[in-house]
Amino acid sequence: MYPHTHHKTNQPILDVSHLTMRYNGRVALEDLTFHLHEGERIAVVGPNGAGKSTLFKVVAGVLQPNIGEVNIYGSRPRGHLCIGYIPQRSQVDWTFPVSVADVVMMGRSAKLGPLNWPHKKDWDFVNHALETVEISNLASRQISQLSGGQQQRMFIARALAQEAELMLMDEPLTGLDTPSQEGILSLLDRLKKENVTVMVATHDLDQAATHFDRIMLLNHRIVAFGNPDEVLHTDNLLKAYGGRLKPVDGQNILNMDDCCDEGDDDHTH
Amino acid sequence: MTILINLLLQPLQYEFMQRGMLAAVLVGIVCAVVGTYVVLRGMAFFGDALAHTILPGIALGYLVSGGARDTLFWWALGTSIVAALGIGAISKNSQIKEDTAIGIIFAGMFALGIALISTVRSYAVDLSHFLFGDVLSVSTQSLWLILIFGGLVLLIVFAFYKEFMTLSFDPILATTLRLPVSLLNNLLLTLIAVTVAVSLQTVGVALMVAMLVTPAATAYLLTHRLSHMMLIAAIFASLSGIIGLYLSFYLSIASGAAIVLTATVFFMIAFGWKRLKGT
Repeated sequence: MYPHTHHKTNQPILDVSHLTMRYNGRVALEDLTFHLHEGERIAVVGPNGAGKSTLFKVVAGVLQPNIGEVNIYGSRPRGHLCIGYIPQRSQVDWTFPVSVADVVMMGRSAKLGPLNWPHKKDWDFVNHALETVEISNLASRQISQLSGGQQQRMFIARALAQEAELMLMDEPLTGLDTPSQEGILSLLDRLKKENVTVMVATHDLDQAATHFDRIMLLNHRIVAFGNPDEVLHTDNLLKAYGGRLKPVDGQNILNMDDCCDEGDDDHTH
Repeated sequence: MTILINLLLQPLQYEFMQRGMLAAVLVGIVCAVVGTYVVLRGMAFFGDALAHTILPGIALGYLVSGGARDTLFWWALGTSIVAALGIGAISKNSQIKEDTAIGIIFAGMFALGIALISTVRSYAVDLSHFLFGDVLSVSTQSLWLILIFGGLVLLIVFAFYKEFMTLSFDPILATTLRLPVSLLNNLLLTLIAVTVAVSLQTVGVALMVAMLVTPAATAYLLTHRLSHMMLIAAIFASLSGIIGLYLSFYLSIASGAAIVLTATVFFMIAFGWKRLKGT
């Protein structure tokens, strides 16, 4: 009953052309054109309110673009089940009465179809996903009992159970301590082997440079998009961050005033 | 011991008490299960508003039928579904804040209901039946309607368990899984509407929200699983119905109020226990 569009494998996994989004007269995204290759890891970097969440929601098919189009393997996002959207942790009701396994099983809802209960195959998917993110021991925990890093792993497991081929992660590292951040990043490295394409919104330029294939600098428009060493130049960063960025003379060391406030990115539903 | 058994059995020799008891338990279970979603999705105000909004519909049915109560269920059901979907649409495309918009409409509709009923001479008595319910006057026919429609609601909640859970926990996930989100939302509103119509005679318009919210909230304090929450809420709601009716019988207090007060005491005990446990 639920739709599932077939993939045209000769088309890119994500192809965005001339995408423009406006809310109440304000421009959130302006004329974005880019495409991703299978298995790539992309960091989307930009100040708060730059349109990162909006971009992810349009790609996921949650919001409709005003102008331009988004194609996943050659067709609109709305027909695809292969897009995993991982919300910011501050957007989730952690007191909801569900266990970790329940949440991961939600990723199977569509494949199961209406009026079907999980079969053994679905539990295998859930267990395998929990193993991949290394939280099998937490399967029956209530979700409020997880640490920030474990919460993030649970959502990645959910996207894996969904059999997502394109994962959109909205600031997965924000608010995590350094070991947890490293854990998530190395998990993303491992996902590359499973040929999952990953787009991650982040504030951390250092991590963006070391853990991702390409970086998109976003501030309503695409300021720059390419390999880390092509993108991370002072003038690009100044363009993206404006006055909030203070370059340290002569080197590529940068300080940002604007960083890591959880949850005040551009949320529009 | 025999005294206690006599105390418990004596009211049940009256047929109206048997029917009332059965109605209170059935309604309690349906309200508790649907109420789980009302609590988790923060729709208590919606539930309250919905119950009040159907008063003009009931009043109209009451006037048209010349005071007969048998057809009122259908009037309540019709108004309730229309009102639920209407309020749902307003919440989505409102120019002013959602709760303000709902507040204006529900108070206005409620006033219209009272105005209509006040045109009848014996209105004070009838109005109090609609406002506070009268479970002891439930007819066998009403009992069947409660059973059929309540059963239908439970069946749908069960059938779409994973869809409603996914939608309530993470609407964006539901969208990316391409679940029929607005259809499911409207289905849930309709289920709440049917529940309200089914419960009307037991607790009335004014106390309806308590049946939707209180047992579910009690269960919410005691468990971390959705299915358990529904089960525990249903148990507390049934107990409230039974204990409430005994209290009503022996203390001569209004049945709807007695049921709601019992449910409230359960909530307070659970709340206190949770506090003592320090979690």
